[in-house]
Amino acid sequence: MTWAPPEGAALEVAALRCERGTAVLFENLGFTLCAREALIVLGPNGSGKTSLLRILAGVSAARAGRILWRGVPRMRPDPSQRRELLYLGHTVPLRDELSVVENLALQLALDGVSRARAELLKGLQDVGLLEARDLPARHLSAGQRRRLGLARVGLAERTLWLLDEPATGLDAAGIAFLEVLLQTHLAAGGLAVLTSHQPLSLGAAARSFSL
Amino acid sequence: MIEARPGLSPPAQAGAGQINLNWGVLPALYLGIAAELRLALRSRADIAEPLIFFVIVASLFPLGVGADPERLAALGGGALWVCGLLAVLLSLPRLYARDALNGTLEQLLLSPYPLPALAGARIAAHWLLTGFPLALLAPVLGLSFGLGSHSLFLLFGTILLGTPVLSMIGAVGAALALGARASSVLVALLVLPLYIPVLVFGAGAIEAQQAGVDFAGPLLILGAMALAGTVLAPLAAAAALRIALD
Repeated sequence: MTWAPPEGAALEVAALRCERGTAVLFENLGFTLCAREALIVLGPNGSGKTSLLRILAGVSAARAGRILWRGVPRMRPDPSQRRELLYLGHTVPLRDELSVVENLALQLALDGVSRARAELLKGLQDVGLLEARDLPARHLSAGQRRRLGLARVGLAERTLWLLDEPATGLDAAGIAFLEVLLQTHLAAGGLAVLTSHQPLSLGAAARSFSL
Repeated sequence: MIEARPGLSPPAQAGAGQINLNWGVLPALYLGIAAELRLALRSRADIAEPLIFFVIVASLFPLGVGADPERLAALGGGALWVCGLLAVLLSLPRLYARDALNGTLEQLLLSPYPLPALAGARIAAHWLLTGFPLALLAPVLGLSFGLGSHSLFLLFGTILLGTPVLSMIGAVGAALALGARASSVLVALLVLPLYIPVLVFGAGAIEAQQAGVDFAGPLLILGAMALAGTVLAPLAAAAALRIALD
């Protein structure tokens, strides 16, 4: 059984304003993202890309503006909205003491997704971490940590992906996997907002804008 | 195996307020406590640190104040309570620090499980790993102060009842101090004034027992603090985490 995002998802953002300290990072920011669309946020370091993703995730609050998910205004997502949302920050949330497969299982449990061990191992195989499955996460390289983060993204059954620098640290094969992962997600009816300094080929479904 | 599949339920409209037990408090508590305990098993040195601190300080005390048995017995309850309190304080900065760095705290915020339940699970795990072993150790160390058997039992009881309150207050303080510079000093400053009543009633119960006075009063107050904290602390810790991550 393959999972597909529920129909009718749309993310609308209007007049968003973000301040950090005394600096205004962006104001009057708006866009609409429908199912099967991806938005790539570009911009120099410190331009507010991470802040934008954190606001969209509901971790931090915008100074002004509106966010609508499925036409319903929200700032902090409620539990049913959180079940459709996945945020992967620029560090992959891993517990160093736990093994690769334990980390994946714990993160998915926290996401409220229950997966059989075979599915977890399949997910790890897809990102090339099957051999490292019992290794404590502290022994992973930066690229491997990122791959483990992507394994969770692939298994978490979320409609809206918010990915902060998902390509950082990945090798060519890893970036190719990320592109396929995103294309599959979009084709199934998902949405994605991501930041990236590397060019990613996501086809016609992806728009980009610069902060 | 039938499990909650987030995507399979129809997307809820805002304000629909559906109650779905799959997303309830108990699974979140179980998930949180199990994860923390498993982590603790993998990093035993971290868990042992406050306990070793407690044993060292509490066993130095009798050597420092002299061997007068009466004076030692009179000091014992209060001294062990202070050592236990400091041991809990020592363990607080580690409660969230690493998870804040690697982004796990944000994932707690974004989990569909209620954040107060996840915060409560962390408090419960913290108590199981510090307060509970401290309560077991305290009577053993009480022997070196020459405490009587009733005092030893009361020492165990008051620490068992008081340390959950210390964990709860500490979790709120540690969450508030997240991201601040010199946060361990800040945690101590935030938390110590609130620890004082726990210390006063905890050590006070033992003192009252030694003086032959009724000690039910301080015990009941400790119990009341523990009950109030059980309700309020997870909510306060969740709110503090939201503020700290904003």
